[in-house]
Amino acid sequence: MFAKQLTIFIENRTGRLCEVLNVLKKNDVNILSLSLADTTEFGLLRLIVDKPEAGKERLAEGGFSSLLSDISIIKIPHSVGSLQELLEVIDNSGVNIEYMYGLSIEDDNAYVVLKASDAEKVDKILDENGVVTVGCEDLIHIK
Amino acid sequence: MIWNESKECMSRDEMSHLQSKRLVKLVNYVYHNVEFYRKKMQAVGLLPGDISGIEDITKLPFTTKDDLRDNYPFGLFAVPNTEIVRIHASSGTTGKATVVGYTRRDLDVWAECVARCMTMAGITKDDIIQVAYGYGLFTGGLGAHDGAQNIGATVVPMSTGNSKKLTTMMVDFGATAIACTPSYLLHISEVLEAEGLLDKIKLRAAICGAEPWTEKMRNEIEEKLGIKAYDIYGLSEVMGPGVACDCEFHRGLHVCEDHFYPEVLNSETLTPVADGVLGELAFTTLTKEGIPLIRYRTKDLTSLDRTPCECGRTSARISRFKGRVDDMLIIRGVNVFPSQVEAALVDCKEVTPHYMMIVDRVNNLDTLEIQVELDPKFYTDEVRALEALNKKIGHIINQALGLNAKIKLVEPKTLIRSEGKAVHVIDKRKLY
Ligand SMILES: [Zn+2]
Repeated sequence: MFAKQLTIFIENRTGRLCEVLNVLKKNDVNILSLSLADTTEFGLLRLIVDKPEAGKERLAEGGFSSLLSDISIIKIPHSVGSLQELLEVIDNSGVNIEYMYGLSIEDDNAYVVLKASDAEKVDKILDENGVVTVGCEDLIHIK
Repeated sequence: MIWNESKECMSRDEMSHLQSKRLVKLVNYVYHNVEFYRKKMQAVGLLPGDISGIEDITKLPFTTKDDLRDNYPFGLFAVPNTEIVRIHASSGTTGKATVVGYTRRDLDVWAECVARCMTMAGITKDDIIQVAYGYGLFTGGLGAHDGAQNIGATVVPMSTGNSKKLTTMMVDFGATAIACTPSYLLHISEVLEAEGLLDKIKLRAAICGAEPWTEKMRNEIEEKLGIKAYDIYGLSEVMGPGVACDCEFHRGLHVCEDHFYPEVLNSETLTPVADGVLGELAFTTLTKEGIPLIRYRTKDLTSLDRTPCECGRTSARISRFKGRVDDMLIIRGVNVFPSQVEAALVDCKEVTPHYMMIVDRVNNLDTLEIQVELDPKFYTDEVRALEALNKKIGHIINQALGLNAKIKLVEPKTLIRSEGKAVHVIDKRKLY
């Protein structure tokens, strides 16, 4: 299954990140994970939140444009080489991985966000290989 | 030394007489050879016979850069292409270039005018001069080149872009003069300093133009290099460099008045103001054959002085420029209009039409940053896509302006929106 990720373009200016997070906080949008990809000029703030659609709307009201995109949240067991094996399967299928970042860790599993050039194809591959993918709402219950 | 004493030191009466004679001839010439002027004159019921002297010039219509654009490329030419031996072009206010054509005689007049300017700067046939203006469609390189060659100097056609080669040859050749933009010369002085070559140069004169500069910059250039620096003025529509130049007394720039009749106009009424009063400069090209222009509005702000100069020349002088009446910028010698940036960005759907140009001078070289707003509709979650977009816009801007600019993507709705005339430029250089 796919999950939704919120991406916000922010210039590298003091306080910008804080302002974004403040809008979400005030509107009771819970951030489950974030990743900031930055260059010297700008940053892309990628958020996994409990209510992605509402989050996008609240951000727009607060003056921040954002993008909702399909990503996969993958459950990976804690065993040596499990991530490597998964990536090999994806690589062999010809799908390009745009980026990945770690999300949360349980006792037995880790959750990783994966963005591929072809979201549907990678979703199918994951299914076929018995990889568990979860949605944003499922993450709330992970402890 | 004066290159052409008979013209440069004429009495005011003789000059006025010569200008009258040439204007009458010019008006006849454009009426019969340029449809644009014939129609403009007919529209106000003016016949060539109505112009009998230079004092009648105010009856004639103005010409603007837009007229050149609207008649792109050759619509204002007065002769067929068989007579045109050279084309130059500069940036227009939108995507279209402003094109000018020269007959063989026009090139001779140009070389004559530049020769006068070179002589004003004390340059003679004994000098070795490096011409470090761009060679090409821009009039700077070839214009200075032909003038320097005309006085018999040894011309080294450096063009722009290789400071290291320029400084090396300056030392090795024992160059005594240079023609380039003032900011580039300041940059060169720093390169020389860094390389420990300042006391190895034989340079004594510089003829600088193609961009506005201040007295402070002149002092800096002269002190740093131990030379004399002169201000040369021109614009491609009228001819190119050599329309005017300042002498060793630096009391304004002597206009080659027998070829270019200067007027300074009140910016609202467009009527001539008294000498000494600030206004917009306009030129009528009294002898041009290829693309003669009547009362061409330069948009440069200056004042006129027709009193004799200590150097012995009697030609009218224009003061150092006090600004522009439009929003044209001169960046690294290149004319840039904000409207060009606007036109270039229209085709780029990933960004909004809002932009801000930030012009500055770092180490004596002009810098241009263009901030553009990302359009939320084309948001991406990939850094690579944004970097590619940045590069793409940089390329579009370079194609449009002929200049490299640093592109900065900014968040939507963050650039200033003004209610009146939009502000698109922050110029930190303080050139006027
Ligand atoms: Zn003088």
